Amino acid sequence: MIRLLTTIIAGIVLGGIVHLVSVLALPRIASQDAYARLTPLTKVNEVSQLPQASPDNAPLPFLDPAFAVAVCRYDLSNGPLKLTVPISQAYTAVSFYTRSEVAYYAINDRSAGRKIIELDLMTTEQHGNLPEDEDVTAADRLIIDSPSTTGLIVMKALASEPGLMPQARAALSAASCKVQPEPQAKS
Amino acid sequence: MRLIFFTLLALIIAAGVGVGATWMTATRGTDFGTLTIGAWTARPRAGTAEIDPYARAAIARSGELPIGAGDGIAFIATADDSKRPLDGRCDVEVSGVTPAARFWTLTLYDPRGYLIANSLERYGFTSQEILRAADGEFKIRVAARSRSGNWLPTGGVDRYMLVLRLYDTPVGVATRTKRDAPMPTIATLGCP
Repeated sequence: MIRLLTTIIAGIVLGGIVHLVSVLALPRIASQDAYARLTPLTKVNEVSQLPQASPDNAPLPFLDPAFAVAVCRYDLSNGPLKLTVPISQAYTAVSFYTRSEVAYYAINDRSAGRKIIELDLMTTEQHGNLPEDEDVTAADRLIIDSPSTTGLIVMKALASEPGLMPQARAALSAASCKVQPEPQAKS
Repeated sequence: MRLIFFTLLALIIAAGVGVGATWMTATRGTDFGTLTIGAWTARPRAGTAEIDPYARAAIARSGELPIGAGDGIAFIATADDSKRPLDGRCDVEVSGVTPAARFWTLTLYDPRGYLIANSLERYGFTSQEILRAADGEFKIRVAARSRSGNWLPTGGVDRYMLVLRLYDTPVGVATRTKRDAPMPTIATLGCP
């Protein structure tokens, strides 16, 4: 009897450990996460427009159908990335996700404060290698540190009514994300 | 022989409890770090680097991208104000005011997060296109059959969810109560 009881308690304690490990491991082993779903639809270090969300064709669940969406799937191993997104009439936002879909940074047109959202994305190491004087001359340059070498940049433009969707898509089609040659660190 | 039996039993219980609990939390969600106002629930930290492991597991499983905190916040409702699950065959009214935000959108999804087909191709409303009363309040009718005013078709499905997204808003991690974020009410008016 006691033996059965200890077995059950041991099982539940072990089960707790299994639960914690599997919750922490799930983002790594999930095969149908957003990054995997977007991989066939996007190119590396290029802006790809996502098809408009509709009942029969949704690239991801929970997409807001009022938005035109474009994605840049980035890989910083060949150097930092330069991103430019012209802002559309109503509302434009750019969100950054790591390879495992952690939203580490997001900016909208108002916080960017210009007609164009322009920024540099690099790893912490690449940021550290930036020549110092360049950092100073480019005081208005927005630099974002990516926690992972690969990830997703999601650009969204709001069509505040359905008729404005072509304009929102046109604004995003002028967006670009390109690898910049890494500036040589001064010795 | 008995040792092997008890060890096996313990391992089976462990696997059942562990995987079962993970499956439950990843599909149904947990209450960690949620903000509930009326019928609406949001996870303000899901759009930041401080996202909790349970929310990360749920996101990895569903395949969605959480809305970034610098962009906005999403509130989800699966039941009305009196906790009755949202039924696509009933007439549901969403009315009142929304928290301060530059734009908001209200979208109807099936329980898996996909849009529901309808002949109008109407899947939601934005704050710009909605018809309002003189005092700025609005009423949205969520129903299977066409209604006058702001009609959001359900396609007659069993269960659906409403997602209210606020863009460029002060509502976020610091928001606690209805006073900071007055959410619209959801009421089931009648079922056939």
